[in-house]
Amino acid sequence: MNSVHKPDVAVETAVKPAVKPIVELKDVNKWYDDFHCLKDINLTVTPGERIVICGPSGSGKSTMIRCINRLEAHQSGEIIVDDVVLHEHMQGIDKVRSEVGMVFQSFNLFPHMTIAENCMAGPMWVQGVPKGEARRLAMKYLEQVRIPEQADKYPGQLSGGQQQRVAIARSLCMKPKLMLFDEPTSALDPEMVSGVLDTMIDLAKEGMTMLCVTHEMGFAREVADRVIFMADGEIVEENTPGEFFDNPREARTQQFLSQIL
Amino acid sequence: MQEARLLSKTPFVVALYAAFFVLLFLVDMSGTGFAELLAPAIGSDGEGSVYARFVTSVTLSAIITLGIWLIGKLQFNAQRVTVWLIMAGLFMLFFTSFDLSFEFIQSKIWFMVSQGILTTLYISVVSISIASVLAIIGAVAKLSSNGFANGLASFYTSFFRGLPLLMQVYLIYLGLPQLGFVIDAVPAGILALSLCYGAYMTEIFRAGIESIPKGQWEAARSIGFKFGLTMRRIILPQAIPLIIPPTGNQFIAMLKDSSLVSVIGVWELMFLARTLGQKDFKHMEMLITAAMLYWILSMVLEYAQSHIERRYRKG
Ligand SMILES: Nc1ncnc2c1ncn2[C@@H]1O[C@H](COP(=O)(O)OP(=O)(O)OP(=O)(O)O)[C@@H](O)[C@H]1O
Ligand SMILES: [Mg+2]
Repeated sequence: MNSVHKPDVAVETAVKPAVKPIVELKDVNKWYDDFHCLKDINLTVTPGERIVICGPSGSGKSTMIRCINRLEAHQSGEIIVDDVVLHEHMQGIDKVRSEVGMVFQSFNLFPHMTIAENCMAGPMWVQGVPKGEARRLAMKYLEQVRIPEQADKYPGQLSGGQQQRVAIARSLCMKPKLMLFDEPTSALDPEMVSGVLDTMIDLAKEGMTMLCVTHEMGFAREVADRVIFMADGEIVEENTPGEFFDNPREARTQQFLSQIL
Repeated sequence: MQEARLLSKTPFVVALYAAFFVLLFLVDMSGTGFAELLAPAIGSDGEGSVYARFVTSVTLSAIITLGIWLIGKLQFNAQRVTVWLIMAGLFMLFFTSFDLSFEFIQSKIWFMVSQGILTTLYISVVSISIASVLAIIGAVAKLSSNGFANGLASFYTSFFRGLPLLMQVYLIYLGLPQLGFVIDAVPAGILALSLCYGAYMTEIFRAGIESIPKGQWEAARSIGFKFGLTMRRIILPQAIPLIIPPTGNQFIAMLKDSSLVSVIGVWELMFLARTLGQKDFKHMEMLITAAMLYWILSMVLEYAQSHIERRYRKG
């Protein structure tokens, strides 16, 4: 559907049948009481795609990605994650969640567990992986985020940047098919940001499907396939990073970019 | 600090003296043991006369004001100890005025400790344990989105917090047999205390659980934890250190409230206090002894409690 901006992909999809999407949002609406927070959101994510979502505060970015693992419930429209339709009376939302990694602005590590235990919790208690195996898994991903030496410390002993990388490793230990990031660097001191972004770039290069709410423009330019701009609960513009930053279509996008750049 | 500065102001000291004087004059201390000490000044048959009242109040308020003034000069800790000693002395004075028989107390105290305190402690420990379990269940039910569970839990807390504990003790002990469940005094007492304290502690547990940030729930749920697993592995391990200090307070309170089960004939401390002295008309002896034992027990537990609290505050 964004083939206009990616001619090479368009040729491919014209020949082969379209790749099956991993996430689909169809006319999704959400209200908080009277407040219409998401308005007719349509979004399709194919496996391996990297999408950056940005927009002014209160525009519904967090709400949209939180609907994808049903930390928030939508009220109308359809959300399909890996062939599972999310709805009120569904069984197995926990299964869906265990396949969708989520990284929060405020890390949300479990403070009473060591770093390794934080990473082992999901595999052991949700997937039934034996302890030794879970530990190996934890160490593997802690190495990937470059802090294996912190494994036996507690979250409180780590810097914000280190904690966020642990949070990423904790999600990866579940071997997710998709990762959601909600402003993962905006609670960090400036000198910590690049460490976390590097980890995310590594992840993107390995082919992880990612939806990132972030205002880190360098990251968006480097890894994003698409940038989505939201305002007032709507998707206002969807574009390639190059076009989005250098030649935005919509007036609201231009205005937003002039404020943050 | 405030007092110390006040006490160095002459007008305040004079006012204090005047206040004591008026108070003691109105109360009339001329018939007390203190007035006898002053007999040389007022004559032994002056009791009740305005002159005798005047002399006793003048002297006594002078002594009290001087004492307070002196204590005011001490350091904080010395002040505390002095005040404790004086209060303890006054209490002793008060008790000895009953003309207590210490031999009688001595002959009974071992039984009061071995039977009474032990039963009191046993009932309290068992009840607080059951109450904690009820409180966890109640708190989880109150926090759940299940209307059925929430309704049951809020009915439970409302009922058992709304009735006097003494009435619950009677209702359980006398009411259950009517339904065909014959229940002994001790289990009935334990049941009443557990249910009542469980209801109060439900609120403590709920507050403890609610004080864990929402992000912990979201993180756990987003890696696929179900409600029960999140509660057990993530929320309770963080909430329990917050819950333990107020639970300690509940335990100290329960120790004293357990005296209410004496009405159904459980041989705990209060029951012994009421019954042991009956035959010999030594009620006061036994009541005062039991009172002291309760007090000592509470002080020991409060001391332990302050240690626990310090430990958990450090985290
Ligand atoms: N639990 C809630 N109850 C009521 N309103 C809410 C709730 N959560 C979010 N909102 C409202 O929904 C709107 C969108 O919120 P959301 O958090 O998705 O915005 P956002 O784009 O992520 O903003 P930010 O950049 O500040 O994180 C906001 O106006 C917010 O006030
Ligand atoms: Mg947000």
